[in-house]
Amino acid sequence: MEFFSLQPGELQALLLTLKVAATALIVALPIAVLVAYLLARTRFAGHGIVNALVHLPLVLPPVVTGYVLLLTFGRKGAVGTFLENTLGFSFAFNWTGAALAAGVMAFPLMVRPIRISFETVDPKLEEAAKSLGAHRLTAFFTITLPLALPGVLGGAILGFAKAMGEFGATITFVSNIPGETRTLALALYTATQTPSGDLAAFRLTAIALVVAFAALIASELLVRRLRKRVGGGHA
Amino acid sequence: MLDVDITGRVGAMELQAAFKSSGGVTSLFGQSGAGKTSLTNMIAGLLTPLRGRISVNGTTLFDAGKGINLSVQKRRVGHVFQDARLFPHLSVKANLTYARWAGRRPGTRDMDEVVDLLGLGNLLERMPGTLSGGEKQRVAIGRALLSDPRLLIMDEPLANLDQARRNDILPYLDRLCVEAGIPILYVSHSIEEVARLSNTLVILSEGTTPAFGPVADMLARTDLGKATGRHEAGGLLEGKVARINPDWGLTDVDIGGAVLQIPDMAAEVGDAVRLRIRARDVALALYPPEGLSIRNAFEATISSISSETGPYAEILCSVQGQTLRARITRASVADLDLYPGRNVTVLIKSVAIDRRQRTQMHGEGAKVPL
Repeated sequence: MEFFSLQPGELQALLLTLKVAATALIVALPIAVLVAYLLARTRFAGHGIVNALVHLPLVLPPVVTGYVLLLTFGRKGAVGTFLENTLGFSFAFNWTGAALAAGVMAFPLMVRPIRISFETVDPKLEEAAKSLGAHRLTAFFTITLPLALPGVLGGAILGFAKAMGEFGATITFVSNIPGETRTLALALYTATQTPSGDLAAFRLTAIALVVAFAALIASELLVRRLRKRVGGGHA
Repeated sequence: MLDVDITGRVGAMELQAAFKSSGGVTSLFGQSGAGKTSLTNMIAGLLTPLRGRISVNGTTLFDAGKGINLSVQKRRVGHVFQDARLFPHLSVKANLTYARWAGRRPGTRDMDEVVDLLGLGNLLERMPGTLSGGEKQRVAIGRALLSDPRLLIMDEPLANLDQARRNDILPYLDRLCVEAGIPILYVSHSIEEVARLSNTLVILSEGTTPAFGPVADMLARTDLGKATGRHEAGGLLEGKVARINPDWGLTDVDIGGAVLQIPDMAAEVGDAVRLRIRARDVALALYPPEGLSIRNAFEATISSISSETGPYAEILCSVQGQTLRARITRASVADLDLYPGRNVTVLIKSVAIDRRQRTQMHGEGAKVPL
């Protein structure tokens, strides 16, 4: 039986991974929705630059992104020093830094499907909402966002998955500290670097598989329910 | 009371529109591409004109000179779009009440009465995706009515429907136009709908409004042939149902002295009706004819003759103070020696007056608030 129960180190890594990924998602998703909406519905000066910036973490080697985060948000980085001095808060070498790295890496994967789903919502519906007295923000929350919800959910799932598995930027930015920044991916990496770590690596792999599978099934059920609610001939 | 005088630009098209209407149903009539939707979007506040002013019942919605430009939300113009634009994720009921819960317009109109007026009772729990085209338009009209509008714009609400669906929805529009109690701007390129529903007709042609006025006068004008479409040209006669002959299936309509007999008409004695008679269905004779199957023949006076080049002449006849329009060949005009002021007998084929061209009259007295 002992084989099937989680060992303390594994449990710690799993819970830390969920905490990091959930935090990254909760903070990054609203920003991703806003950026996706602006990219889909407005044309402003610097539209192309914002679009490129959003997608940058997707094309850069993760180590580069991690290093840029270290240079900016690390102890000696401009933003890092500022935060430390004003709020006494630091991303350096703790789990919030891991969440920041995960959020940044997951951001483009969230923006893309959300933007596409915003683009499929007919802007004329917003016109109709406004003619009925709804202000822009109300029209967004009552019409556009609900209709784009399947895409928002898809982006959230993709982003959460990416955040759970993030490796390169995390290890570069906040290192590999047990209980602080050693997520499942980093723990697995550590196990593979240990001479007798084969069994530990195998167990961690199994845990990752179970978590990923459960998440996929749950999201599929959720999307199906949403589609059904949007209803009839529309879906 | 609708007062529009604006200049605007949409893409490459210059729009210059000026008209006044005393209320009731104002039809904006023009061919596709004439600028109808651009003009309604400017009135609704979805597009901004360059110059001019727009006011409804004394409230200024737009005045470039005074720097007034109310936002879409503040204009309170109910807009029924050609494509209905129902919110697909909301039930019919939530669509109908959208202005109340999302637009913060509590409104004074009773929901039940609107549901009743448009026959929406058993659609309330349905989702828009499951509705037919005609049902969608009725919901869209109800949604606009319940948004507490000071003006209702209906932008070709029947354009995307087949003939059967149009016939389903037209009786609802008849009732709506009489009972809405607010000015309605009805956009259409169908002269039948316009003649049936409206009090005032505004012609829109290539971005300008060459003419506007009471619908019967406008349809009688022969100089607007290009805008109204030659084939559909006709006149309107208003009258009252005087007698019903069930044996023959005929209804007598008194148009103020003369009586027309109309087959298969769903009306009751005393009903005010509006008849549209196409110019090509009217023939003229110098003397009352005998031994003819045409039942509707009565005295009239020629008020004008306009002959263009081509085989046909347009003739306006005065019948008991109303105007009837006839199209006959120029050769006949010459053979019969017709001239303005001459008394003739007009002949109207009974079958030419079909059900769809009849409607309740929109006298001010008939208007009751919902």
